[in-house]
Amino acid sequence: MALLEVSGLEVRYGGIHALRGVSFTVDEGHVVALIGGNGAGKTTTLRAISGLVRPSKGTVRFAGTDITTLAPHKIVARGLSHAPEGRGIFANLTVGENLEIGSYLRRDRAAVAKDRDHALSLFPRLKERLAQNAGTLSGGEQQMLAIARALVARPRLLLLDEPSLGLAPQMVQLIFKIVKTIAAEGTTILLVEQNAHMALAVAHTGHVLEVGTLVTSGPARELAADDAIRKAYLGVH
Amino acid sequence: MTKFVQVCLNGLTLGSLYALIALGYTLVYGVLRFINFAHSDVVTIGAWMAFVFAGILGWAGTDSPLIAMPVILMLSMAVCAALGFTIERLAYRPLRRAPRLNVLITAIGVSLLLQNAGQLKWIFGTQPQAMPKLLSEQALFTLAGVKVPVVDVVVVVLAFVLLVALQWLVFRTRLGQAMRAVSFDERTAALMGVNVDMVVSYTFMIGSALAAAGGMIYGLKYGSLLQSADSVWVLLGLKAFVAAVVGGIGNVRGAVAGAFLIAFIEMFGAAYRSPQMRDVYVFGILIAVLILKPGGLLGKATVEKV
Ligand SMILES: Nc1ncnc2c1ncn2[C@@H]1O[C@H](COP(=O)(O)OP(=O)(O)OP(=O)(O)O)[C@@H](O)[C@H]1O
Ligand SMILES: [Mg+2]
Repeated sequence: MALLEVSGLEVRYGGIHALRGVSFTVDEGHVVALIGGNGAGKTTTLRAISGLVRPSKGTVRFAGTDITTLAPHKIVARGLSHAPEGRGIFANLTVGENLEIGSYLRRDRAAVAKDRDHALSLFPRLKERLAQNAGTLSGGEQQMLAIARALVARPRLLLLDEPSLGLAPQMVQLIFKIVKTIAAEGTTILLVEQNAHMALAVAHTGHVLEVGTLVTSGPARELAADDAIRKAYLGVH
Repeated sequence: MTKFVQVCLNGLTLGSLYALIALGYTLVYGVLRFINFAHSDVVTIGAWMAFVFAGILGWAGTDSPLIAMPVILMLSMAVCAALGFTIERLAYRPLRRAPRLNVLITAIGVSLLLQNAGQLKWIFGTQPQAMPKLLSEQALFTLAGVKVPVVDVVVVVLAFVLLVALQWLVFRTRLGQAMRAVSFDERTAALMGVNVDMVVSYTFMIGSALAAAGGMIYGLKYGSLLQSADSVWVLLGLKAFVAAVVGGIGNVRGAVAGAFLIAFIEMFGAAYRSPQMRDVYVFGILIAVLILKPGGLLGKATVEKV
């Protein structure tokens, strides 16, 4: 059984029909990439899953239970973490406090400390900056913090919204390397990206979203080799 | 010298009063970005509840203020916390996603409701009342020729304790961290597992409890309670609001700094220039700060978040 099952999802923002019946599944232990151009509805899909927007139709099932109408904090409690687009760093909190609030719902202090150390070992740069105000971090460091903060919640499913957005090529490489590591450690990942090339390279399965509809789905390797997709999303002409 | 010390003492007690009230404005603004116009009415009700409880408990003119004071204070704070919770739950929460103007108008409506309900015969009535003297006006000690009465010491110590407790709560506890996170970005805070509605409820309860303490301090210090729709309450709330804005609205430390600044300037202006102009000084500072540092003394001049 799939860890996440999205079926017939529709979202409207006033008159804008942002999602028009999106269905897909994410298997436990897999990395699934959701790619598509600007305004395709990728962020909206993640928001509908994590409860930030209420879909007008369709359902989201996580680990066998319907979470479509749950409040975001209740969804987090079930083991689903969402690192939002734009990173969502609390600039008025220190780096350390940002990490702390990532584990807001956890009571097992010893295990949290272990997960925190592990997250910091993935991003040693954050370790030197724990007492610093998170607003002073560079874009790349903020993205590291966003991922580390999602990890300390110890999610079963991690939603990542464009982790490579606005980063220098080197930083993009690093972020994708970490995504691979996290996946290898057993966390299931739903990865939204405009950088289709990188995303399909780490994913098992890929879905292509266009104006609120999934137009193509398949094994990531096949999508990466598909001519139409190469033309539209991989910048190959 | 004596006059100077006396004015400082007055500034200190008045600043304590403003600070407790200003915090309610600033906390609510911090998490919801809206000015709770009904806050000054919670202060009024806090003051009147202290009067009512002093009467019920038969402690008017008590000779054991050490018991009476804290008990009355706690009861009054609890009632106001419940009131703040209810106001948010019934009046503001349904409008969480509504345009700000709607919420603002609702707040004015709540304010009018409280002011007028307070005048009902079976609530506080329309007659002014004298606050029972819980604390002696005898001098506790003399400082540079100024007799410092017990009530002044209690007022300042009480405010200080509550301010420190609030600082601790906001900067050292899990709830405080959640409040700061919600204040910065409500959606992302929810993604961390923070129950935003609950944090908002707590914020209203804390702000209202502090307002009750402010109201009680007002009663103890100034002795007479005017009916709940009297403009004296509105002016008190307005000045505390000015303090919050001067310090940087949304900023907890700013509210305290603003409160003492306003109080000292008001008291010094009244003592050394003209007592009739004291309100003018307060609003003069507001205008000056808004021109020179629009975000307030400790606030950042941030562009409104979208
Ligand atoms: N809060 C909102 N109110 C109104 N319309 C919205 C809102 N959020 C998104 N939309 C619209 O919904 C559509 C999908 O937006 P979404 O943010 O999901 O796209 P996206 O695929 O994440 O794009 P990008 O790659 O640029 O981030 C767009 O047309 C967008 O304008
Ligand atoms: Mg997006």
